Parts: sequence; C-alpha cells; structure tokens
Amino acid sequence: MSFVRNFPFFTIMLGMLSGIVSSALSGKWARRVTLTLVTAVLCMSGAVLAYAVNIGHSVTYMMGHFPAPWGNEIRFGTLEAFLATYFAGIMLLAVLGGMSHVTSDVDPAKENLFYVLVDMMLSSLLAMIYTNDLFTGYVFVEINTIAACGMIMIRQNGHSIVAAIRYMVMSLIGSGLFLIGISILYDVTGQLLMVPAHDAIQRMMISDTYTTPLLVLLSLISVGMAIKSGLYPFHSWIPETYGYATPTASAILSSLVSKGYVILLIKIFYRVVGFGVVLSSHILNALFILGIVAMVMGSLHAIMQTDCRKMIAYSSVAQIGYIYMGIGLGSKSGMIAAIFHLLTHAATKSLLFISAVGLYEVSDGRTDYVGLRNAGYRNRVAGIAFSVGALSMVGFPMLSGFISKYLFATASLERPSKMIATLLALIVSTILNAIYFLRQVVTIYSGQDEEEEYSTAQFFKEAVAGSSFANHFAMVLLIALNLFLGLGSSLIVGLISKGLDLFS
Amino acid sequence: MFMEFVTAHMEEIAAMILFGIGFSLLLLNQNLIKKIMGLNVMDTAVYLFLTAKGYIYGRMVPIEVNGINDPNAYTNPIPDGLVLTGIVVSVSVSALLLSLTIRLYGRYHTLNLDDIIMQLHKEEEG
Repeated sequence: MSFVRNFPFFTIMLGMLSGIVSSALSGKWARRVTLTLVTAVLCMSGAVLAYAVNIGHSVTYMMGHFPAPWGNEIRFGTLEAFLATYFAGIMLLAVLGGMSHVTSDVDPAKENLFYVLVDMMLSSLLAMIYTNDLFTGYVFVEINTIAACGMIMIRQNGHSIVAAIRYMVMSLIGSGLFLIGISILYDVTGQLLMVPAHDAIQRMMISDTYTTPLLVLLSLISVGMAIKSGLYPFHSWIPETYGYATPTASAILSSLVSKGYVILLIKIFYRVVGFGVVLSSHILNALFILGIVAMVMGSLHAIMQTDCRKMIAYSSVAQIGYIYMGIGLGSKSGMIAAIFHLLTHAATKSLLFISAVGLYEVSDGRTDYVGLRNAGYRNRVAGIAFSVGALSMVGFPMLSGFISKYLFATASLERPSKMIATLLALIVSTILNAIYFLRQVVTIYSGQDEEEEYSTAQFFKEAVAGSSFANHFAMVLLIALNLFLGLGSSLIVGLISKGLDLFS
Repeated sequence: MFMEFVTAHMEEIAAMILFGIGFSLLLLNQNLIKKIMGLNVMDTAVYLFLTAKGYIYGRMVPIEVNGINDPNAYTNPIPDGLVLTGIVVSVSVSALLLSLTIRLYGRYHTLNLDDIIMQLHKEEEG
C-alpha cells in the first residue's frame, strides 16, 4: 500500500512525459495519449485519496535524497488528493466534451500541440496542489500560465491572439508580484519549504520582528494570486479569453486554471504564514470587500452581454468573487464554503461551456443570445445540460450551487461584522444570476412558431446524429457530478474540513 | 542619516525602483515591444533583489578551494540557483510574448495594442 505514496510524484511526471511524447505524435495519437494520461491520473489520484483517507494523516514525500531544509518535497493529505482527483475528472470531461471542436478550430498540423498544452496544464495544476515548496510553486505557476496562453491562442485568429496577449500581461504582473513576495519571504525567513518557513514566521511573531516585511509580502502574494485568478478589478482579461478560446480551453481555463491559484493561495495562508497571522493582518478584509464587489459587478456585466459565451465568462468573475468572499470571512467554515464553491464552480462552469457548444452547433454557429432561440429543442441533451448548469449557478435546491450558497450564509453567521454584507451580496447576486441565466434558458426553449415547429423535429434528428457521442457523455457525467455535489454534500464537506485540519 | 540608509540599502532601493518602472511599463504602455521590455526590467529587478540579499560581504563563492571546510566562509548558493531558474522562466515567457507580437504585427501592421483592438472591432462590425 505504501507504494501509493509515489503516485502524486508519478502523476506530475507522467503529465510532463506525455507532453513531450505528444509533441512528436500526430494529432489523433496525441489525443489518445492525453485521454489515457488524464484517465490514468484520475485513477492514481483516486488511489492516493483512498490511501490518504485510510491513514488519516498527511504524508510528506521527499524528492531526491536530501532531507527537509535542503531538498524538495511533495505533501499530500485528503484535501490535496481529493482536489487532484476532482481536477483530473473535470479535465477529462472538458477534453471529451470539446474534442470535435478542437479538431475544427485548430490547424490539423498543430492539433497535437493543443494536447501537449493540456498535458502540461494538468501536470502544473497537480504540482501546484501537491508541492510543499514555494519556489517550485512559482515555477509551476509560470508553466501553467504559458500553457493557458497557448490554449487561448491556438485558434490563431486576431481575437484569440489579442486575448492571449492581454491574458499574458495581466498574468505576468500577477506572477511578478508573487515572485517578489516569495523573494521577501525567503529574505526574512531563509526558507522556501513551507514547514520550515512556517516555523520561522512563528518565531518572528513571538519576537515581534519583521512585521512590516511580513505584511508587505502577504499583500504582494495575495494581490498577485488575485490578479492571476481574475478577482474583480483585475478581471479585464476574463471575458475575451473565455469568450474566444476553443470550448475545451474555455472550460479548462474557467474551471481549473483560476482555481489552481486560489488553492496555492489558501495553502500559503495556512501552511506558510499561518492563518492566525493572516487574520490579524486585515488582508482578508480587503479580499472580502473585493469579493463582494466582484459578485455584484460580475453579474451586472453579465446581464449586459449579448454573446452567450461572454455572459458565462462574466458570470465567472462573479463566482471568483464568491470564492474570495468565503476566504475573506476569515473562519474555517468560510474557508470550507470557499473550497466547496470552488468545486461547484469547476463542475458547473465546464458544464455550461460544454453545453453552450452543443447549443450553438445547432444554431448555425451563432453565439449571441437571440441566435440560440429554440436551440434547446434542436439539441436536447445540451439544452438540459445548460438548464441544469444555469439552475445550479442560480442556486436551485438539489444542485451544487444551492449548497455552496447555503454554506456561505451559515459561515457568515459566525462573523457578525461581515454577516449583513455577505447576506445582502448573496441575495443581490442570486437575483442578478437568475436574471441573466434564466433569460438564456427561457430563450433556448422559446420562439418556435408553426414553420419552425416543422423543422424542429427534423433538426432534432440531425442534431443528435451530428453531435458527437463524447460531447453528450461529458455533459451527462457533469450533470451527475453536479447532482452528486448537491445531494452528497455532507461527505464532501467532511472531506474538506478534515483536509483543512491536516493543513496546519 | 538618510544618506546612510540609502548607501546601506543601495541594491534593494535600486531593485524596487526598477521593479516599479518595469511594472508600470508592462501595465500602462500600449506598445507591445515596450511591454515586453517592461516585463524583463521587472524580472531583472527581482533577480537583483535576490542576488543582493543572497550575497554576504567577505564570503566566497560556494566552491571548495584550498581545503576550507568552514561553512561560514562561503555564501549560500540557493539564491543564485533561484535567480538562474527565474531567468529561464522569464526568457521563455519573453520568447512566447515576442512570437505573439510577431503574429499580431504580421496581421495588423502595428505594435500599438489599442490600435489593434480598434481594428478588431472594425472587423467585427464590417
């Protein structure tokens, strides 16, 4: 059983290896290698999860032959293993769901490169989840950024290249701030591994030295990560990138990439700086306010969009706001709610992007919101999937979005000073969500007149025949995942809570 | 007093000024090439900061010569290792950005990001 301890390292290296191998293969084979890789990572992470739950404590894995203060380390507990499994699952479904579009959007000679990027993305996400070393974290943050940029620009039209440049500029500003943050951290603590750095910061707090550098580095790291994950005032790149990338890329970018940075930030809060220090620094209050502003402004922008994909992208801005609001509550239950919402958003956003593809496939490629009129009849599975995703975002009971809103509300009761603001923001944001999502759902199921009704049946047959099996399969599984999160939430919340305990 | 502070912390002050220059170039300048230059200035500032912090006056490069085994005679090699890794990262990022810039220039014949976005909007309307 202890052989499982090697699996986190294997999954990261396998991702790198298949990336290298795929670059020499044809597009078709690269796709097969990637699908095999993601499935293998899913199974291995599942085994790690079972192992971690079984032993009940976290495991530190030494890389190479040098012990703690010198060598590099990987660490996994229940939360890390669960996130790795979950991310691999979402990535598999996103690749399956948008597979046919990758073939049509990407130059056939370069199709294998897209899968190279997917492999690198998976590998860097896993490394960000598992790593116990800050500089390794930084290197994989950059690998992740480069892979994401490649995924955006692979369509090679003017829009996507401009979107890639804008994404890159904002991301690099974020990683620049992060890098100077960890340089200052290294300067004051002399450590880059999370555990020794944590001990050094504890000593600093007791002797009351270096408090200003600590505050500076904490704010630099938080702002850097907030920029990279697209928190409200730094969100300008989100709609372009998610709106113009190929659907698989949009799904992966919105549901996984921005989440990887949030997880790294949470790890730094808990495992490096210590949550008590973070609380006393008031950084969380700033994140809380930005989160609330994002929840409202993201939804307001989304209402003004006519393009369906841009609407979903702006909704991401609001959902990132939810996550930062949960972190900003500054309590364990707030953090659990934030992580649960991160899972919810990952499942729901990829479902929305993948099902939106299914809808505009049957609408002559029109992506604006009027153009999707009646599309729910032409592609039934996609219509149902889109409706489920939209209802989950609005917070319909039984679906995962309801549970995360419930968790946020109960978590806010522990913080009387932030309670009113949280509840108000939740209410306003839910109403705004309902306006734009339900408008779209109503549109895809309305507008049929006599003439169209005749063609609907015909269209329906053609759509089911034309649309790929993989796309339907991915949508059905994502719906199931949403229902699972909604109905089996106590299991997941227990897992997250236990994982957070293992963090400190 | 002030001058003493400045001379004692020359490297750090220079690094922070450079970081500010690079950061604002990257964020505010509309010329793509200048943006990339800003990125490089910003990254170099971080490397200056790290190397300055990693060097201790009077100590040697961590290569053992003349049989001196006392660790206090040498500096810590890790900051230099970090700087090298950082340089590799920033080189690859710059290369990627430059290739994107070449693509955009080939298509729109300008390096100004605002102009490119204007042309994009025109294409969309037209």
